[in-house]
Amino acid sequence: MAAPATQLSGPAALSAFSRPARSLWGDAWHQFRRHRLAMAGLVSLIFLVVATLLGPYVWTVSTSEIDFTQSLLGPGFAHPFGTDDLGRDLLARAMSGGRVSIAVGVSAVLLAITLGTTIGSLAGYFGKLDNPLMRLTDVFLSLPVLPLLLVIIYLFKDTLRQLFGAEAGVFIMIVSVIGILNWMPVARLVRASFLSLKQKEFVEAARAIGDPDMRIIIKHILPNVLSPVLVAATIGVGNAILTESTLSFLGLGFPPDVPTWGRLLFDAQNYLDFAPHWALFPGLCIFVTVLSINFIGDGLRDALDPRKSS
Amino acid sequence: MLTLTMAACGQQGTSTATTAPSAAPAASAAPTAAPVTRGQGGDLKILYWQPPTILNQHQATGTKDADAARLVLEPLASWNPEGKPVANGLASEIPTVANGGVSADFTTVTWKLRTGVKWSDGTAFSADDVVFTYQYMKDPKSAVTTSDYVDGIKSVVAKDANTVVVTYDKPNPFFYQFGVSGSGAILQKAQFGAFVGEKAKDAPGNLRPIGTGPYVVKDFKPGDTVLYEINPNYRDANKPFFKTVTFKGGGDAATAARAVFQTGDVDYAWNLQVEANILSPMSKASTVGELFTVYGASIERLLFNFANPDPALGDKRAEPDTKHPFLTDLAVRRALAMATDRGTMAKELYGDGLSGKSTCNLITAPPDLVSKNTDSLDVCKYDIAAANAELDKAGWVKGADGIRAKGGVKLHVLYRTTVNALRQKEQDIVKAGWKQIGVDVELASVPAGTFFTNTSPDGANHFFADVEMYTNSGDPDPTALLASGWGTENIAQKSNTWQKGNYARYSNADFDKIIADLKKETDTAKRAALVIAANDHLVKNVVIVNLINRTFATSGRAKTLKGVNPTPWDSEMWNIADWSK
Amino acid sequence: MGRYILRRLLVAIPTLIVISFIIYAVLALSPIDPLSAFGADPRVPPEVRENIRRSLGLDQPWPIRYVKWFTALIQGDLGYSFMSHSPVIGLIVQRLPNTLAVVGVAYVIGVLIALPVGMISAVKRYSLVDQVATTFAFIGFSTPTFFTGLLLIIIFSVNLHWLPFIYNSNLKIEDLGSFLQQVKQSIMPITVLGLFDAAVLTRYVRSEMLEHLPLDYVRTARSKGLRERAVILSHVLRNSLIPVVTLIALGVPAVFAGAIVTEQIFRVPGIGEMLVRAIFDGDIPVVAAVVFLFSVLVVSFNLVADVLYAVLDPRIKYT
Repeated sequence: MAAPATQLSGPAALSAFSRPARSLWGDAWHQFRRHRLAMAGLVSLIFLVVATLLGPYVWTVSTSEIDFTQSLLGPGFAHPFGTDDLGRDLLARAMSGGRVSIAVGVSAVLLAITLGTTIGSLAGYFGKLDNPLMRLTDVFLSLPVLPLLLVIIYLFKDTLRQLFGAEAGVFIMIVSVIGILNWMPVARLVRASFLSLKQKEFVEAARAIGDPDMRIIIKHILPNVLSPVLVAATIGVGNAILTESTLSFLGLGFPPDVPTWGRLLFDAQNYLDFAPHWALFPGLCIFVTVLSINFIGDGLRDALDPRKSS
Repeated sequence: MLTLTMAACGQQGTSTATTAPSAAPAASAAPTAAPVTRGQGGDLKILYWQPPTILNQHQATGTKDADAARLVLEPLASWNPEGKPVANGLASEIPTVANGGVSADFTTVTWKLRTGVKWSDGTAFSADDVVFTYQYMKDPKSAVTTSDYVDGIKSVVAKDANTVVVTYDKPNPFFYQFGVSGSGAILQKAQFGAFVGEKAKDAPGNLRPIGTGPYVVKDFKPGDTVLYEINPNYRDANKPFFKTVTFKGGGDAATAARAVFQTGDVDYAWNLQVEANILSPMSKASTVGELFTVYGASIERLLFNFANPDPALGDKRAEPDTKHPFLTDLAVRRALAMATDRGTMAKELYGDGLSGKSTCNLITAPPDLVSKNTDSLDVCKYDIAAANAELDKAGWVKGADGIRAKGGVKLHVLYRTTVNALRQKEQDIVKAGWKQIGVDVELASVPAGTFFTNTSPDGANHFFADVEMYTNSGDPDPTALLASGWGTENIAQKSNTWQKGNYARYSNADFDKIIADLKKETDTAKRAALVIAANDHLVKNVVIVNLINRTFATSGRAKTLKGVNPTPWDSEMWNIADWSK
Repeated sequence: MGRYILRRLLVAIPTLIVISFIIYAVLALSPIDPLSAFGADPRVPPEVRENIRRSLGLDQPWPIRYVKWFTALIQGDLGYSFMSHSPVIGLIVQRLPNTLAVVGVAYVIGVLIALPVGMISAVKRYSLVDQVATTFAFIGFSTPTFFTGLLLIIIFSVNLHWLPFIYNSNLKIEDLGSFLQQVKQSIMPITVLGLFDAAVLTRYVRSEMLEHLPLDYVRTARSKGLRERAVILSHVLRNSLIPVVTLIALGVPAVFAGAIVTEQIFRVPGIGEMLVRAIFDGDIPVVAAVVFLFSVLVVSFNLVADVLYAVLDPRIKYT
């Protein structure tokens, strides 16, 4: 084993000094790594994800065991996050709830951003599509959200439950509902930037050399509209995590005993004066998640910014 | 964008309860505080977390409407907290068999009205107004929500200006049915005369009624605030004490409790049914306010589905001719009942009597209708070992996943209720118990509005679940409750668009016989025996699992506020003329 | 431009008709029901429920109800509330001032905070001001408004007894005293909403300014000897405003629709509180009217935004 390694040491050493040919993404990753806050964000997000996925195997306290002798305890050795009014361990609940919250937050936002960016780009770039697509946006913006949700539950709940089972069905429904009801601001933002950017010289230039429309949209204009999209995404994740709990109050979400972060916060509200720990930890989890995603977004934008490459 | 809060929607339905007739009327009107002077007090601030939207008991959709109207519109008489009729309304005395006001066969009731009573507009009140109110309520096109109280009445006639005779179709042991308590509020003929039938909804009086009560409406913003001032023509020259009343609506129960106990911003806060561990420290530590409660007949209970709610059945889902795969097995129901820890629920969530106490009975008031046979029953005791033994004996065997099954049928229960923090905790407690006997429980909660409509598949009446939980604010004469809840003819199903009250799809000849007898019986003692038999039937056969007798009124008042004397059979505002500071 | 606006206004008519139809269909198909308030109460038997349903006109099929509602709508009649049996327009007029006084003021304050803070955050990226603003903004999105509202109540009403938390909609502003009372009762809801709006907008302003600061035209402007302040205000800001205009145009209709949670906590009888209550009470005429007026504002303000784009960036041309 040692011999081949020494043989390879020559060229490997060489490559360390000469700048290797990197792809766009490789280049971006290089940039990204130099962004300290972005790296910190990435690390803490990975930590949260790992903690929610693996944590319950390490911290094996039950999420649902009721023990009134232990109710409303502050953080301590036995219960690092304290307990709720039924005496359930809040660390265990926050970890198991975090899976749902992070998954819902990220997936719903990805859906909303994808839909919004696609519709916004098409409307902004192709003058013919602008009017129909933006009127569609108007329609979606005008929909009465609550009654619409009730209709969706009415029409699709049982079907999805049968198709995907209770948990997966609910997950798909929540993600699609949040995604489908939140793409419109992104679409309006992307379109507005497109309207402005498509008149710019660099787009004219791309067109002059015969680049096809799709290439111009994706390669030339989209990287320049990334910043409002990323802001929308970071705000959207927090919003989606909180919205998930709201949906369960409409009978649309997970069963009431699934302790998502949003639900923990909601349950804690009336105990704010004498058991502030109950709200503090789930609140902090949401805060850290959103903040991490923001810094990752910041780093990503800087890294992908064509003007800022070294 | 999607955020919203759900108001805790505990009690549903109107508060216009009545009670079983009581032989002897109370000697005097409700106990009054020290003598007061009219208008001596300033503004009385009342907070309801549900805002009133209409000021007419007959068009009310909830307690909040009926209560806000009660300051203005009065009935002939009311019920005191002990369930005895009191002549504190428009009648000068309570008619009884003894004083000749009620015929010996219970078919006619003759009401003597007070003389010299004036409406707030200065015109004279007379028997014609009472007769008119009856006609208004009776017309199906008026679509009043109190029309049940004129059902079975043959006529209401003005014998003279101050005498009204109510005649029932047949002997009616509940002869105070018409005219007593909020549901009997009398409307002014002059104001509502042109608005009987289809036009009833358009009556301007619905928003600004002319009444005989202590207050008149000065300003009303539907869904927000009612401002009242003293009715200058109110019959008692010394009352009411408060010059004005501000009746504010909106918000939620928990912050309403803060307003009366912590900040003292209001003098009276209605229906503070939140978890005992929130309510208790707040009220105990309060220097400005105190909690008061009254028990009535509100029972929080579990309902079992006797039909099969499997979605695979399509149109036949939960129809009465289907059979539930395991809840039709008495052993399973008995085991579920024994694994339900109502004692812990009462202690931890209701503060052991603070806002509710545990009960195994469906009928908990009035006292002579309460069964004493159930306490000793095994299904009324929390006993996990006995519950497990019951299931073992019946052949339900635990699988590798810890869930019991028999013949390929797994004990998987979908347990639905309304969205309400307190109820979700009750669900958690029930689930924890049932888990210990090998029953897998899936919890579900839907908004009260969706739960209590016949148009939603998540509704209580569709019952596309195995177990559901809610409170019925029971009627002290429980015939209607028992008949509509479990009688075969009242099974909710597709053909009656789920409008009937037997959501459990329960059908039992013995039970139907008890109800049929109850409907015919006029003897008070025999009626009580039948009601108790019906109650025992439902408990013994575990058709329902009764959990908590919730307080009927759970309100907060300023410590300085005197004279508040709530009765479970009328609006909490029934004696507001007697309140003082 | 004039022709474009005219064409858009013409397109708005069929758009709104379609929207009105969809709104009504959604309401008709959803399980919201004015009779659900009676719960399982045996004292309101099925016959009575049927009578009430008929008296509200709910026995007719919904397409017919839609046609009736729409015909009345174009004559300016928004119908009668099922719950209070009073004209819906009256209820809206009664509540609009409260919504504007709280939600509207909060929005204006939010915008006024967001513009300078976002600018400073961008120009002095990662400075102390930026860090503090970022932290506050993120606490803002990760805490629901019901929570911030409650926290303020516990601090300022329960513990300090400084501010009332039950909004008095009957307060008439006649003198300095009543004006101060109005300030005292609206300061908490305005803070909750204003900070939230500011948090969101700040992030957009900041990120858009960051996008423009390193661009060539900024360098050119600087090299022409313009003062930094002038460069930022007249060049960078103007070019960064397009997304801000988009968001404000989306935000204004939302102001009209009210802030459900905040209005509920502080008991501000605004449009949002009315809407959510109407939904749960099944008060279809109220829901339909509010949602339709909201959609009119959405359509109008998106048009305004499109016009403003062309003003901010003269190169934008609509075909």
